[in-house]
Amino acid sequence: MFYREAGDFKSSYQEDSQTFPIKFDRLRYYGVLIVAFGIVPLFINDYWASAVAVPFLIYAIAAIGLNILVGYAGLVSLGTGGFMAVGAYSVYKLMTAFPDISIFVHVILAGVVTAAVGVLFGLPSLRIKGFYLAVATLAAQFFLVWLFNKVPWFYNYSASGQITAPERTVFSVFVTGAQTSATAKYMFCLVILTLVALVARNLTRGTVGRKWMAIRDMDIAAEIIGVNPLTTKLSAFAVSSFFIGIAGALFFSVYLGAAEVGEAFGIQKSFLILFMVIIGGLGSIFGSFAGAAFLVLLPVFLKNVLVGALGWPTDLAAHIELMIVGGLIVVFLIAEPHGLAQLWRVAKEKLRLWPFPY
Amino acid sequence: MKDMNEGYLTADGRQIGGVVMELKDITLRFGGLTAIEKISFDIRDGEIRAIIGPNGAGKSSMLNVISGFYVPSDGEVWFKGVRRGPMKPYEIARLGIARTFQNIALFDGMSVLDNIMTGRLTHMKKGLIAQAGWWFTGAAREEYENREKVERIIDFLEIQNIRKTPVGRLPYGLKKRVELARALAAEPKILLLDEPMAGMNVEEKEDMCRFVLDLNDEFGTTIVLIEHDMGVVMDLSDRVVVMDYGKKIGDGAPDEVRNNQAVVDAYLGVAHD
Ligand SMILES: Nc1ncnc2c1ncn2[C@@H]1O[C@H](COP(=O)(O)OP(=O)(O)O)[C@@H](O)[C@H]1O
Ligand SMILES: [Mg+2]
Repeated sequence: MFYREAGDFKSSYQEDSQTFPIKFDRLRYYGVLIVAFGIVPLFINDYWASAVAVPFLIYAIAAIGLNILVGYAGLVSLGTGGFMAVGAYSVYKLMTAFPDISIFVHVILAGVVTAAVGVLFGLPSLRIKGFYLAVATLAAQFFLVWLFNKVPWFYNYSASGQITAPERTVFSVFVTGAQTSATAKYMFCLVILTLVALVARNLTRGTVGRKWMAIRDMDIAAEIIGVNPLTTKLSAFAVSSFFIGIAGALFFSVYLGAAEVGEAFGIQKSFLILFMVIIGGLGSIFGSFAGAAFLVLLPVFLKNVLVGALGWPTDLAAHIELMIVGGLIVVFLIAEPHGLAQLWRVAKEKLRLWPFPY
Repeated sequence: MKDMNEGYLTADGRQIGGVVMELKDITLRFGGLTAIEKISFDIRDGEIRAIIGPNGAGKSSMLNVISGFYVPSDGEVWFKGVRRGPMKPYEIARLGIARTFQNIALFDGMSVLDNIMTGRLTHMKKGLIAQAGWWFTGAAREEYENREKVERIIDFLEIQNIRKTPVGRLPYGLKKRVELARALAAEPKILLLDEPMAGMNVEEKEDMCRFVLDLNDEFGTTIVLIEHDMGVVMDLSDRVVVMDYGKKIGDGAPDEVRNNQAVVDAYLGVAHD
């Protein structure tokens, strides 16, 4: 018996509703935090930061955001890329307009702006569901990209139409701009991801999360027990877009440094984040991490193994990646809507019973 | 025998209070179909009020009117001496009216505990920002206080061992019980039960009867109950409304109603179709 919850009795409801009710889980969680904050920064280099670590951290934020909407509240969105763009352009406008204010504040404010835009585009969800809502959010995606391309004010009338992140520091260390170190990028995104995950966890374990799930599972019954469907759906759009906006702001300012909206925040981004949520597990914060890690690591892994070790051509490796992702989406949608997170839970249950499965 | 303004004393010695809810000339139409036609009756504080009648008589529709799920085409609903204007179902829930459904309406993706916790929503005041802060804003404390209330209901309904089970995996009888728990968690003024014992075996029915009596006794909850089993109705209820084809054909104590000719006809006499 490696893994047990029998005998691990809870003496209070407080302990029972902890994020990780089993002691072993909690220890492992502290272990992850120690490694992430204490050990990785010592060894991280430019390649690992830009190929794996930083995109993973940012996509995890976006996936948590989308998971709140899709997994918890049961609403669909294909507008994630567009909302990330709102975050990116908000942070750009804020950074250039108020250079003296901390980038940290700007990133949060970019989230707030995106939340407002998200609520606006979430209004149709009060009337329509499922496929029709998906189409409405798709329209939002295209409209937002078009808007940021079309209105020069958003890119400060730059000749290229691109936005470029000015240099900014936190505690006198560069976190945006060309001089930023891999460690600084990583740490800045890690701190924000940690905060986002905590807030998401707090929201989903209490009243707000239960309202979202109630609307998702049966909106009629939800209303009968006192859930206002209007404010509940809009709060899901607000919180979801808040996180996605933060992700977009970081993606542009810390990760890319310069961005063209259609390229960085096109419809492919919407699908990428949606796939992360589906593969990782709908309605699970841990699943959002797992899905982001999986889809960030897969191409790196395939490239290193197939192209690097076996000498296959790059485009073949890229096609194989598409096939794997497509296949997995189908498998998870049909067989396991709770994704990698559920597989992990099942594995733990097996371990708990091992070696006596009955 | 009864002073209807002051309430009355039941056969088993419970004091029934004044009128909490009054339905006046309620009519409900669906297109050409009249599901409820000019029905009036009242519900008194602390009583168990049954609604009986053949299938399609309009009983569930009546509960739907009371819980605000259907808006009556005509007539008035008075609650605690005030005429109720047009309200959304969630607003009515906040007035202290909770219900269960004829076809169970639980949240299948959530655990038993979370389902019952949703019943506390009307009592939990912390908003979104407070929830995000959890430990620092009192949201955690509010959660534990409400969890304690829910645990008492879980004990009362004897469902301790399925607390963490996803509701979707439960058998029918237990689902009915969890749905009752969720309604109870709201600590409602009036509890509406739509065929809480339908499809249950004898043992489950006995349990459910005991729960209904106990919670009326212990918490003084006013209960409106739709039930087909005449034995159950006779045992449980203080007063009975009888409906047939959307009309009220009887109203009174169980014995009176049982001997009412129109009721006997509707139930035993001529088959309907
Ligand atoms: N939403 C609805 N739309 C149309 N007809 C309805 C609706 N709800 C109930 N009815 C009709 O109203 C009548 C009464 O139904 P109901 O209240 O469910 O009866 P009971 O609960 O007594 O069996 C039935 O003829 C039913 O078909
Ligand atoms: Mg019915």
